[in-house]
Formats: sequence, C-alpha cells, structure tokens
Amino acid sequence: MALLTISSPHTHNNNSTTKVMLTVALATLPGLFVLTGFFGWGTLINIALASVTALAFEAATLKLRQRPVSFYLKDGSALLTALLLGLALPPFTPYWVTIVAVGFAIVFAKQLYGGLGQNPFNPAMAGYALVLVSFPVQLTTTWALSTQMSGQEVLSFAETASAIFTGLPVADAYSGATPLDVYKNLISSGTTDSAANQNTFNGWLNGGWEWANLAFLAGGLFLLYKRIITWHIPVSMLIALSLCSLIIGWDQDLYTPLSLHLLSGATMLGAFYIATDPASASTTPRGKIIYGAGVGVLLYVIRTWGTYPDAVAFAVLLMNFAAPLIDSWTQPRTYGHKKAKRGLPKAN
Amino acid sequence: MNLTLHRFHGGIHPAQNKEQSTHQPIKSIPLPSQLILPVRQHSGTPAKPIVSVGDSVLKGQVIAEAVGHRSVPIHAPSSGVVSAIEDRTTSHPSGLPELCIIIDTDGLEQWCEHPNLFNKTDCQSLSDLPNEEILEHIQNSGIAGLGGAGFPTALKLYKTKHHTHTLIINGAECEPYITADDMLMRERADHVIQGAQILLHLSEAKRCLIAVEDNKPEAIRALHESLQVLKVNPAIQIVSIPTVYPSGGEKQLIKILTGEEVPTDGIPADIGVICQNVGTAAAVYRAVYFGEPLISRITTATGDAIKQPGNYEVLIGTPLPHFLEHTGYIAQQPERIIAGGSLMGFTLPELNVPLIKTSNCILAPTTSELPLNDLAMECIRCGQCVSACPQGLLPHQLYWFSKAQDHEKAEQHNIFDCIECGACSFVCPSHIPLVQYYRHTKGEIRTERLAQQKSEIARQRYENRNERLARIEAERAAAREARAKAKAEADALREKQEAEAAATASPDSQIEDLERKILAQQDRVTKAQKSHQAAQEANLDTADILFKAVEKQQTKLQQLEQELIALRNNVTQEN
Ligand code: SF4
Ligand code: SF4
Repeated sequence: MALLTISSPHTHNNNSTTKVMLTVALATLPGLFVLTGFFGWGTLINIALASVTALAFEAATLKLRQRPVSFYLKDGSALLTALLLGLALPPFTPYWVTIVAVGFAIVFAKQLYGGLGQNPFNPAMAGYALVLVSFPVQLTTTWALSTQMSGQEVLSFAETASAIFTGLPVADAYSGATPLDVYKNLISSGTTDSAANQNTFNGWLNGGWEWANLAFLAGGLFLLYKRIITWHIPVSMLIALSLCSLIIGWDQDLYTPLSLHLLSGATMLGAFYIATDPASASTTPRGKIIYGAGVGVLLYVIRTWGTYPDAVAFAVLLMNFAAPLIDSWTQPRTYGHKKAKRGLPKAN
Repeated sequence: MNLTLHRFHGGIHPAQNKEQSTHQPIKSIPLPSQLILPVRQHSGTPAKPIVSVGDSVLKGQVIAEAVGHRSVPIHAPSSGVVSAIEDRTTSHPSGLPELCIIIDTDGLEQWCEHPNLFNKTDCQSLSDLPNEEILEHIQNSGIAGLGGAGFPTALKLYKTKHHTHTLIINGAECEPYITADDMLMRERADHVIQGAQILLHLSEAKRCLIAVEDNKPEAIRALHESLQVLKVNPAIQIVSIPTVYPSGGEKQLIKILTGEEVPTDGIPADIGVICQNVGTAAAVYRAVYFGEPLISRITTATGDAIKQPGNYEVLIGTPLPHFLEHTGYIAQQPERIIAGGSLMGFTLPELNVPLIKTSNCILAPTTSELPLNDLAMECIRCGQCVSACPQGLLPHQLYWFSKAQDHEKAEQHNIFDCIECGACSFVCPSHIPLVQYYRHTKGEIRTERLAQQKSEIARQRYENRNERLARIEAERAAAREARAKAKAEADALREKQEAEAAATASPDSQIEDLERKILAQQDRVTKAQKSHQAAQEANLDTADILFKAVEKQQTKLQQLEQELIALRNNVTQEN
C-alpha cells in the first residue's frame, strides 16, 4: 500500500509571505495617520492611486510572463511597493508622476528581473529615483506644509485630489519645501540664526515631520518585535548617520543639525521599511551592519553635498549594488568551523 | 554545582505537541504473530543471519551476528520459528527492501539462557572487570543508539587517543510530538541513572551530565529523586536546559553544555565528549544487570489519527499495522505516517514495515493538524532562515545554489554542515521545502565525488598497470640477462667438464677423437693453402695474411699430431 511521502519538516510556523507584507503594511499605519493628520489627504490619495496602478501593472506583466496571476498577486508585495512609494512621494505629486514611478518599479525594477526576490534593486526606490531625476520640479515643489507650518487647516479632500489630478499648483500657503531643503537654503544664505524664527522650525516637535518620523520609528519597533526585520540595518544606518553628523556636521551654521537628519525627511521610513527590504539588501548578520552603515553614510553625504535635499532612494540603491558582494564576504562562521569563509569559492 | 549553560545560534520554538502522548503510562501491546527483523537496524555493517528457515528460536537468542565493530547482533525478540529470511521493505525513507529475518512467534515467550554480566563473569562489581569485557557484553547485547541514528553504543566507548572529560546523557528530546524519552525518564529514572553510571565508568569521564529540556519537569523531578535514592557517583549531574529546537541535536547539546563545538570534520570524542541517549543508557543497564539484549523499546504513538496516543513498549520487529491496530489508528485520506517527529521524521513509503531499534515515534497526523505543504513561493531573502539555522549557515543562499546546481558554491557555503533539522523550512514565509533541496544537492555532490573517486581509481589503476608492465618488462630483461649469463657460465662449465671428461676418457676413444680432429685440421690446412695460392696467383694483398693463416693452421696440426704420438706412446707403455 503506497503512503503519501513528503520531505521533512512536516510542520510550519504558519507564517507566509503575504503575512509578512501585511505586517509591514500594518506597521506603516501610525506614520500614515500622522502624515495625513499634519499634511492632508495627499498621501492617502497617492497610496490609493499607486496601489491600483501597481496591481494593474503586476497582473499585466505576470500575464505576459505567463505566470499564475492570482497566485503571485496574493503575496502582497506589489501593494507594499505601492504603499512605500505613496508614503515617500510628496503629497501633491501629480498623478502621472506616481503612475510612472509605480510602473517603473513594478515592471522594470521587479518583474523584468524575474519577480519577487530576484530583484537586485529596491523596486519602490528605483521608481522614486527615476521620477526624482526625471521630474525634479514636480518632486520638490509638491510637498505639503504641515498645519503648524502653514497655520491653516489642511486642504480639503476635493482640493487635494484636484491638485493631484489636474496638476494645477495649490496655493503657496499649503505647499513648499521640506525642512531639510529649507535648512540647506539657510546655510547657503548664511542665515541659520533665523531658523528658530521660521515656521518650519517652529519649536520642538512642532513641524509634523518629527511626529511622522517618530510614528514610523514606532512602527519599526513593532516590526522588530514581530521579528519581521532584525535590528542590524536600522540601527547601523541610524548610528552611521548620527556619527557623520556629529563628527562632520557639528557646526550648525554650516551643516544640517543631527535632530533634523534623524527626524525629518524619510529617515525613519528609510531605516525601518526601505533599507530593510529583504530582496535587495544584504542578508548575513554582519553584512546587514555594513549595508546599513553604508546607507547611513551615503545618506549623509548626498544630503550634505548633493543637489537633492533627501537621499534615501539613492543611498539605498547604491548599497543594493554592493549587497551581493557584501554577502559573499560576510558569511557567518558555521558551527564547528574555526573561521568564517570569505568571498567566492577558490578555483582549485 | 552550577553549570554555566551556553547558547547555540538560532533555533526555533515550534508547538510542542507532546501533551497528547503523556497522559497514559507506558503500555505494552499484545504479542504480534510475526516479527520482522531487518539485519541492519543500526548505522554500519549489517549483521549476518546465523539461523535458517525452519529453525526454532528462543527469546533473546542471537539470530544474526555482528560483522566487525561497526555492527551489532540481532536477537530474537520472542520465541518461535524462523519462517523466512528474505528482502522486505523496512522503516527507511528510501523504501528499498532489505534483508530481514521473519519469526512466526509461538506465544510462549520462552527465554534462552541470558546471564547478567556479573553471573557470567563471577564478579561482584564493574570495577573488577576490564572495560573490554563490559563493552563486549554491551556489544553482544545488540545495543545501538536509541535516539535515532543507531550508532553502535560500544563503539563510541572504546578508548580513543583523546581523553574524555564529559559524558552527556541526552534526554533533551527537543522534537515536537516525541515523548518516548520523557516517559522513560518519568517511569524508569533509575534505569537511566544506573545506565549512566555504567557508561560513566566505561568512559572514564570526569563528569556525567544528564540533559533534559525544561519542558519536562516530571522527568527532571523523577531523575533527581532517583539520583538521591540510588546514591550514585556524585559526578552525575542532572541539567535542565532551555527548551529550544534543536537542543537535542548532538552538536547543539554539546555546545549548550560545554560551550565547545564539534569540529566540522570530527566527532565529539575529538573534544573529549561522548554523547549517549537516555534510552540507550537504560538499555545498557538492562543488558548489564539482567542480561537482556535489546529486543524491545519504547515507541511513541501520536497524532490526531491515533485514538490512544501514548507510549508503548514494543518488541523490535513488530509490524507497523499491528502497532497501529492496538493504538487506535484511523486511516486518513491521503494516508501519511511519519517515523519520527514533525521536524526531522520521514514519511514511511509503505505501511507494512517493522518497528526497529531506532523507531522512537510513529506520528499519524490528520491534514488539519499538519497541513500538507502548499505551493512554495519565491524566496524573498527575508533572512528568517538565517536567524533560525542552528548551524550558522545561510539557508537561502544554499537554496539558490541548489536551485542553480552550483555545487561548488554550495560546498563553499558549507552545505555539508547542514544537519537537516528543518528549522529553516519551518520559518520560511515562502514555504520553500528547503531541506529537500539540500538533501538532493548533497546527494548529487556525493555521487559526483564518488564518480570522481572512481575515475581517480581508474586513473590510478591505469598508471599502476603501466608501471606494472614496465616492471615486468624490466624484470624480463633482467631475467634474459641472467639467463645469458647463466648460459655462459654453464657453457664454460660444460667445456671444462668436457675437457676433464676427455682427460678421464678411455685412451682408445681419446685416440679416435684426436685422429678425427687431425683429419679435420688437415682439411683446414688444405683449404688455407688453396686460398693462399689463389691469392698469390691473383697477386692480391691478402696473400701475406693468408700465408700466416696457413702457418697457424699447420702449427695447430703439428700440435695435434704430437699429442697423438704422445698418446699412442702412453698407451703402448701402459700395455
Ligand atoms: S526564510 Fe525562505 S524566503 Fe526567507 S530568506 Fe530564507 S528561504 Fe528565502
Ligand atoms: S536544515 Fe540545515 S540549513 Fe536548515 S536550519 Fe537546519 S542546519 Fe540550517
């Protein structure tokens, strides 16, 4: 009598790729709430638009690649990419910019490399970098000012949607540059003294950005607790960024202060959700530390001396290049071996 | 005495599922009408049958003997008649038939003589006996590791060049579902402790650590109590270790208890450690004190398809259907029976197999209990497997290399250090059957190596052959030379002998001989003269030389003639 034969193990912890993606999505919720509360409906609309676009592109490419569509759509990775892009893009980003970013992320950065797990670059950041380089104006002038900064109520849903879909600029009172950008301008005009008087830096924890970053940090800690990510990348990235800022940029007249580096821009989103994207990051414990530190240093360098105010996308993409190499040079020491093996197999 | 425990990398916390099978005490099941005994139930060389079909056998009688040290004998678990010696499917994942001795039991359970070690040797205590003798007794009792691998027990205890400092008695039993060791420790703690004492004596270690996961408080309590009652060697210590899979893996347990790691290409003895399972210790005790060979063991029956889950003392060779029938098995669709636990156990290819010395658990799950693997997704490189791997490997990389058939990289990433514990597959969110990939790759690399070895052997053979041919040729040449030399020597000898013979021959024959020689010489002289004349007439330069030749031949002729005259004179004088 033949019995069913299958390979061990016969049990599983019931985790699944879908659950992992959903948990990450769940962890972004506090950040999303804060962003919406301070900056209005833009982010939500972006995410909705990005999600629909991502699913459509994903389904279409899967179909073209002759893969089972619903099976792969189920993994939720396309939605996560859309979510991260939606969170990263400015609230008043014109709709077509979002579509281009998402399309590039899903079709080129992910599916053409063979789909989930095979992509050497973080799809969301590839899409983001593409539109940032191609449409710099649309991506630097469409940030919303927080309610504190503008001193106004948030823009209504209808007005926000119309700004996004018609491309008509919103009133100056509602949009503007990000704090990182503003501070950089202050440095170049030699007027950092006036920072404290500006709306943007209107007292501690007052700009909305700090709260958003703290909310993303909280979500990140949740991911750590759920063991979806490990501490290596976020911790090493934040430490590297801080050290750079403390050692190089201690003079606040010449450099953006540490608090601004840590709590504005996409720092926490980058540290806990983007740099930790597994497929394109390093996977060995020591490799992750090197990788995270690399992202932190690059982030600082590009923010400080580059032409773009924020640099999470570039820093992550650059380190994506290095990840396979880092992995092969940071193999852990196997039980019973005196030393860890390094690099590629020796030709013998 | 407080022991500092160490941690190994990774590990997982799967649902224990041990509860189900610990509600009832260890029970026995009715004697089966037939017992199927594979000659290989241990790792190493199969035993050799020494009975024939039709033989009556008694309980405890040797029916197959060990072949060398890497082998243990097999005993009849009950009395009866050998009804067949043939290939049968056994409890092995491959499902390949193996040689088995089949005994039709007679229900009498009649023992053969089985003196314990002390009666056998007329000794009072172990210290009166040389270790070799005790080891031989253990070996002859057919004891091989009951924990799963089935390594011949005595073999581990023979003296090596390394001094053993720690004997570990493994009662961790970290795998879900299995409770055979747990129940053994609860109910027969004294057997375990006494067995440990014997093993400690044999290993000459400084300390003996009985390690139990802290999810078995009853077992730990029972061991402590028995330790107190028995007042055994104070070097024996009971250690409660944290529950984390796979703490019971030999390598992991050694790390936990000693902080040391077994070298990748070595064995525990290399770092002064010997590991034995608690079941093995108990079996050693019974062999030494009661003369009982290993003919039964405790097997867990569990899983939702088993209505009376629990632990059963079964005779080795009990057919699985008989076991299932008496544990309340309800066949499932599809039917799946796992030998072992839910993480490392293997599915049996067939129902009609015997329970053997290493059968610690029979797990019959329902599909709702242990769902069948759904379709695997792609690896998302999430690194969960890296965090879980107790061997410090990079399971996802091994998976990529396995898939790409990149054996070189797989080996460079130490695929052979994988203990197939399944922790990586257990946590993989993409449900990839990782271990299956590793097994396959390991198998392929092994086959490759074997082929390589074979071609290496062939090459060696070819070279050897050439060498041999060259050697033979050289030998022949030498022989030829030797022969030539011998011939020359023999010729010389013969001539000498002929001369001597001539000297001693009768005078008449000597005269005849000489006359013949003279006639021949006269011929030669004439011939030489003719040539000389011809040359002279033709006025050739060679004439002079030829003239000398004529002179030489003439001198020889004169010599012979004088010899003849002398001989004749001698003869006349003698007459
Ligand atoms: S756990 Fe599975 S999906 Fe995650 S890295 Fe390992 S193999 Fe890939
Ligand atoms: S099966 Fe092998 S690779 Fe997977 S966790 Fe166990 S030792 Fe590591």
